[in-house]
Amino acid sequence: MSLTLLLFLILGVLSIASAIVTISSRNPVVSAMALVLHFFMLSGLYLTLQAQFVAVMQILVYAGAIMVLVVFVIMLLNLGDEKKLSEKWNIRRIVAILFAFVLAIQFISIYITNLPDAAFIPESAAFNGTVQAIGTDLFTNYLVQFEAIAVLLLAAIVGALLLAKRKIT
Amino acid sequence: MPLELQLSLPLILILILSIKIVMVDAKFGNNKTLGFVTALAGFIVVFISAAFTLTISPEAIASLNAEELYSKGTITYGGFAAYFDMLFCVAAILTILAALPYFQKENSEHNAFYSMMVFAVAGMMLIAHSANLLSLFIGIEIMSISFYVLAGYFRTKEKSIEAALKYFLLGAFATGFLLYGIALIYGATGSLSLPEILTKIAADDFSNTYLTLGIALMLIGLCFKVAAFPFHQWAPDVYTGAPTVVTAFMSTAGKAAALIAFIIVARALFVIDIGQAAEIPDFQTNAIMIIAIISAATMLIGNITALVQKNIKRMLAYSSVAHAGYLLMGIVANSPQGWEGIIFYATAYLFMQIGAFIVLSVLERKTDKNLDLDDYSGISKSHPFLAAIMAIFMFSLAGIPPFAGFFGKFLLFTAAIDAGFTWLTIIAVISSMISVYFYIGLIVYMYFRKSNTYPLEADMGSAKVTLIISTACVVILGIFPSLIINLINNFF
Amino acid sequence: MPEIGWILVEAGVKAVFIVILILSAAAVSVYAERRVSAIIQLRLGPNRVGPFGLLQPIADVFKLFWKEDVVPKAADMGFHRLAPVISLGIAIAVYAVIPFAHYIEIGGTKYYFGIAPNVNIGLLYILAMTSVSVYGITLAGWSSNNKYSLFGGLRSSAQMISYELSMGLSLIGVLMITGTLSLNEIVLQQSGWGWNVFVQPLGFIIFLVSSFAETNRTPFDLPEAEPELVGGFNTEYSGMKFGMFFLAEYANMATASAFIVLVYFGGWQIPFDIGLGAGSIALALVQFAWFLAKVIFFILFFIWVRWTVPRFRYDQLMNLGWKVLLPLAILNIVITGVWIMIFG
Repeated sequence: MSLTLLLFLILGVLSIASAIVTISSRNPVVSAMALVLHFFMLSGLYLTLQAQFVAVMQILVYAGAIMVLVVFVIMLLNLGDEKKLSEKWNIRRIVAILFAFVLAIQFISIYITNLPDAAFIPESAAFNGTVQAIGTDLFTNYLVQFEAIAVLLLAAIVGALLLAKRKIT
Repeated sequence: MPLELQLSLPLILILILSIKIVMVDAKFGNNKTLGFVTALAGFIVVFISAAFTLTISPEAIASLNAEELYSKGTITYGGFAAYFDMLFCVAAILTILAALPYFQKENSEHNAFYSMMVFAVAGMMLIAHSANLLSLFIGIEIMSISFYVLAGYFRTKEKSIEAALKYFLLGAFATGFLLYGIALIYGATGSLSLPEILTKIAADDFSNTYLTLGIALMLIGLCFKVAAFPFHQWAPDVYTGAPTVVTAFMSTAGKAAALIAFIIVARALFVIDIGQAAEIPDFQTNAIMIIAIISAATMLIGNITALVQKNIKRMLAYSSVAHAGYLLMGIVANSPQGWEGIIFYATAYLFMQIGAFIVLSVLERKTDKNLDLDDYSGISKSHPFLAAIMAIFMFSLAGIPPFAGFFGKFLLFTAAIDAGFTWLTIIAVISSMISVYFYIGLIVYMYFRKSNTYPLEADMGSAKVTLIISTACVVILGIFPSLIINLINNFF
Repeated sequence: MPEIGWILVEAGVKAVFIVILILSAAAVSVYAERRVSAIIQLRLGPNRVGPFGLLQPIADVFKLFWKEDVVPKAADMGFHRLAPVISLGIAIAVYAVIPFAHYIEIGGTKYYFGIAPNVNIGLLYILAMTSVSVYGITLAGWSSNNKYSLFGGLRSSAQMISYELSMGLSLIGVLMITGTLSLNEIVLQQSGWGWNVFVQPLGFIIFLVSSFAETNRTPFDLPEAEPELVGGFNTEYSGMKFGMFFLAEYANMATASAFIVLVYFGGWQIPFDIGLGAGSIALALVQFAWFLAKVIFFILFFIWVRWTVPRFRYDQLMNLGWKVLLPLAILNIVITGVWIMIFG
């Protein structure tokens, strides 16, 4: 068993476990912190794929900025434990679970019937993950898209301000 | 001016406009008309520049070397992209003209509205221009985020907030599917560029498993954006809850943008030129069949649910779901003919649907009054003009000649038959007949029922311009469809 | 044992050294802070334990160990325990990429002074870690179930997010010039007196101010503002848990100083030729001492500022971050870009 595989297994199990805690916990702070842990595990997974830049950005942006704001809001609103909704087993739920089950079987069967070639990390991956490679791509091949992101962010900021503005004239 | 600069002029101008309008809003927020004037002038300028790029010959565009361009081949120039630029600008102009009196009536501030409109148009134009999954995704995101905000624009009304929240939560979820799909397609082919993906598929140089999964997931995302069955449930609530002018814009231009995304993706992933591919891959036939079923289900469900609606806004919302079904027939046909059908029908649909919603917005009262069928009884007496043009829009939406809607349907149906989907066309015809019932039903209410309420006030203002332009276009496109058909014949 | 095992052993040994170094550095800075503040305020400061009171930090640690650990009844036990661990753990984790000197060459193998000083993402790693360190304070504030603590936690998260932006942006100027994210590489490029501070004076000032905010030091220590918030986020902490926060604060100060020295003041590079061969132990030790001297200078600077400048008001803090530092940082990027375009 190679070190990469071992790391993949450990990080994978932990990331799934923390994701489950995130959605199943009734305490919002526990959920948020489990999500932060999940981001760290994902970041580790990216590192095993040689994607250094994405790995660090995962922590810097998601764990370090977005989740801090989420925690901030949770604390500001002083959310307590969420109440259990009295949802009973209804037909909709059964159908949803059935569909999810069918979908899972489909995915599994696709993988089993035509299994892709054994996973490998191509030589180029080691370079593709570096800041240089991503920077070069962003500022040459995807320059237009990079600039379009500016409009996306501007739209999001103006929109958020618009919805959150208190004064109503 | 270098050719690329000329060609990208509409995109550059809309980007400048989107920054300009925010600054106008920030600096002159109290001036009620300045934002409107800026947006209107800006859209007209973008429209003219797009019309100008349409005059550049396709040969000159084809001769550009992608590697030497600033966009590195990630952006499509001219052709249908320029056409859609113009279409989106027209939709935006029609909408903001009607929005001015509407917001005055609702006592709502409106400067930020124009900013969001400009952003939405910028996103749509980016979708139309994309030759790359990355720009496609960014365009869809810009458009969607603007729509989430626009849907909740009346943030004092519960319904509007509900619409925004529903749209946002479901839309974000659908975006996730879209992104997973893009990621898997990238994994399967090793490229984000659509022309490159096309050559890889044609050369049989891809991972079948991941491409199939990728296409399936992407299909979910795109079907959500066009509001096709079974991802259509958000549409009636959002279209009903959003401000009427926003609904007019969202359900037409937004739908057209989602469909152009569909066309762009279909042109790369579904290899139509059989000479190019060794054989038609399995995933293509399967995907086309799935889209055909989705299309059939969408129009049936949309029309049947619209039958029982008492609220006209909701009825039109359901009928817009049904129209998404008709439009998808062009994707099913998977041929230039089908795509041209989509473009023509999207154009026609844009005018008639915007027209119909703007009539609603004119007659609508504060707090969502006057939107029921009963309120429209006998308005042909009190508002002969509005009743007449509403009747034209209804006829056109039902697909009755000689209006534009008829020709759109005709083109789509023939394309589907040519592609061998006769059963789909039969379903489409049946559902069209169902739709006649409620479209004509409204006309019956307007003309043959006695008015049981006091006469409605209708202060049209600049909305009159919108209504006249839309009516004129619906009629002219119905009588002289060749005006547009000749133009779009060159696109594919 | 396979090669990977040896790498792990090497990293482990280095890690032990670094942890000891940081903890002792933190202890010494506590002592320094008390002495310097005493000098500034014309007092004597601690002078009873050992010669000149040098053993005072050790006495402090013993005191903290023996103190009773009081936990509020309604506190969230898990997070209350976790918070100081996060604070101190992250403060130490940052040192994984910091180079203390160049390398020693023994038998053809280069042993670098640092766990991973050459990794080409080091600078971003430090930024990522400092951005995560806010969780320690925020969770401490929340889990204590105390109004003052909660306010402290909220303030710290708002403050750190605000200043992270200008901090990151001010570094971009340096990145544009050096073209690398590896800290060792950045240091290597500042040979002689070619320190980045001379090339990036504006960026340096922004970075310096932001580091004060990021480490929660006066004049930006609003999370623990005593007059209004009793003690801020650590009001409900006592014993060694409080000690861990205390150590983390000083470790963060040392990190910030080291970071400033590495990026703007030439790191371990000795500006003159002292005639020692590259890779020799003697040279590495001189480099280490030179680096440490500069770090100590900045720690003293931090202390000096704390006892000189009064605390900001909250709105002043936010205005400074968003309306002054952020635009200046962007201006710095523009100037650097133009400079590179013309002269580069």
